[in-house]
Amino acid sequence: MNARPMHFVSPADFRERVSDALQNRELRSSMRGAMDFLQSKRSAQFTDADELEQLRDLGEAVRQHALANLPDLLVQFEASLQAAGVHVHWAATADDANAIIHGIAQKHGARSIIKGKSMASEEVELNHYLAERGISCVESDMGEYIVQLADEKPSHIVMPALHKTRADIGVLFEQHIPDMPYTEDVDKLILAGRRTLRQKFADADIGLSGVNFAAADTGTLWLVENEGNGRLSTTVPDVHIALMGVEKVVAKLEHIVPLASLLTRSATGQAITTYFNLITGPRRAVELDGPREMHVVLLDNGRSQAYADQQLRSTLQCIRCGACMNHCPVYARVGGHAYGTTYPGPIGKIISPHLLGLKDTADLVTASSLCGACGEVCPVRIPIPSLLVRLRTEANRDPAQQVEHPLRGQGANFSRSERLVWRFWSGAFARPAIYRWFRWAATRLRAFAPSSQLGWTQHRTPLIPARRSLADLLRERGQAE
Amino acid sequence: MSAMSARERILGSLRAAAPVPTPDSRALEQCINHHHGHGALRTASPSQRADVMERVMSSVRTDVWRTDRVSWPALLAEKLMQAGVQRLLLNPACAEGAALAAALSPGVQALPFAQPLEAWKDTLFSDVDAGFTVARSGIAATGTLVLAPDTGTPRTVSLVPPLHVALVHASTLHADLHEAMHAEGWSAGMPTNLVLISGPSKTSDIQQTLAYGAHGPRALWVFIVDDVQEMRA
Repeated sequence: MNARPMHFVSPADFRERVSDALQNRELRSSMRGAMDFLQSKRSAQFTDADELEQLRDLGEAVRQHALANLPDLLVQFEASLQAAGVHVHWAATADDANAIIHGIAQKHGARSIIKGKSMASEEVELNHYLAERGISCVESDMGEYIVQLADEKPSHIVMPALHKTRADIGVLFEQHIPDMPYTEDVDKLILAGRRTLRQKFADADIGLSGVNFAAADTGTLWLVENEGNGRLSTTVPDVHIALMGVEKVVAKLEHIVPLASLLTRSATGQAITTYFNLITGPRRAVELDGPREMHVVLLDNGRSQAYADQQLRSTLQCIRCGACMNHCPVYARVGGHAYGTTYPGPIGKIISPHLLGLKDTADLVTASSLCGACGEVCPVRIPIPSLLVRLRTEANRDPAQQVEHPLRGQGANFSRSERLVWRFWSGAFARPAIYRWFRWAATRLRAFAPSSQLGWTQHRTPLIPARRSLADLLRERGQAE
Repeated sequence: MSAMSARERILGSLRAAAPVPTPDSRALEQCINHHHGHGALRTASPSQRADVMERVMSSVRTDVWRTDRVSWPALLAEKLMQAGVQRLLLNPACAEGAALAAALSPGVQALPFAQPLEAWKDTLFSDVDAGFTVARSGIAATGTLVLAPDTGTPRTVSLVPPLHVALVHASTLHADLHEAMHAEGWSAGMPTNLVLISGPSKTSDIQQTLAYGAHGPRALWVFIVDDVQEMRA
């Protein structure tokens, strides 16, 4: 298991960060603006509700088909990759993945790695692992680059620097880019980022990327982007390493057509992104560019725990579009950093317990009103609200209880006194005499209700029983049974 | 922590959880083909598809010209000269590259991609103004070029120079991605790199403000050669 602590913050401190975030007016207003923007971009893409629902059915079917065959598809994918001349590695944990990538870098004497956007590499905290070993990773996606300069983590899986204003970025660039004057002009800022990073593409020893989709039949990696940094990272350096979760593979290249449409439309409201970069193997003898060596690292890191349980398996249907967070009232108010996990928002709440264990993430699954917005927009129909309820159940389950698919950290939020209260309540409910007595006592003794009621009164007025119970009132009206 | 043991561990835990036999994917493919196989442009003529291609690409700041098989080299050469392009990467071994090279005005130098990238990386990154490619095909619905880089026109031609110029023949325009993939039989043989390009490089990573020219080409010119009317004539 991955025993290394999270580098920046811990999801276990979620509650403290939430109250800080809620007090931050600037963050609140920039989050609101960003959410409105992303929501309207998405809805403009899905004007035909029937088409949307059919496509979601299809996306769900493709992902479920792939997951049902996952072990066989991974073996087939591995064989297709190897036939194309790609080296395949398997990483059970984050540390395994880091060690594999470090090993490849060492073999080539690499000092610098240019990175296309990869959430999996954020998940394993590759940059810090390699930095500690003298290898520098430079993020080349503009948003990731901004976040790296600020020594932060992405606050959104598609728009990493969503929390930053152009003024914040103006200051960052002025501090970090030589001869760069302060500006809030977005075109000038992007041009500065382009100029700074251009030489890095040419100089890097290794390019590292994530993978959006992978086809088992052809061994193709399907990368989706707008900037061209993903193409540069996977084309210019002599070695390309792709890091991907094991769940990304689908059976056939043709199965990606509906997923690609769902991804770009749900994520950024684009019918298609500027580049779909389909990679099937390294440079061949007759070719004059492209990496001479290619590696694919298949990452488990807790995914197989989600896979083991039929209900939780649907977590792995995710195509990382970010629509759930864009529509989440909690995410919109606290922002991505409050979660303290690589994947924030609703998808983060349901995947992080598998990656990190429930011990550190038990509070995350409670941070939902279960309004259902995430489930309604999910392009592959992950039933996020019911998975949240399930994970709450597991977090509150007696750690000693034997279950078929125990989750790491089962019972992290378990409390004996809470269990006692529920036992009393369910016992009282089943025995009318005790229940009636309790009801009588609660209404008559309402003056003694404590003004401080644990967590409840932190943000709310105390609960005080009514003068008369509903049953009493009905009886007085002669409406009781 | 050897690679084999990690492989066996991961596959072992997945197999323990999924003992179900491989379901048939034919029903799934029927659903995909049903949904994607009836796009609005499936019955459109090549020139209607070219109209859509032009409209969609123009909407994402791509400069599009409709031209014919005879006049495009002179037209493009003139545009290159006007734009101040001095060094243009092209493949003189292909018919279109040769035709363009012959039409270039004296101030514009045609460069072949004659040696491996690493032998002239710095020059490519700093001194080449534009790259010329001939698209394998196009996708009308999304305004997309399909490029299959090869020895004469490697991947970086459409990626590193600040201006990418692409020629696409109207007869090669597919209605949508699904049609392109099936008509060209992608699954039967993928090149090492197949690139779908739908506009110049861009980003919205700074406060959701759209800016062009992030890392790839800052400008994209597309010349749609109307080779269909000629065939009819």
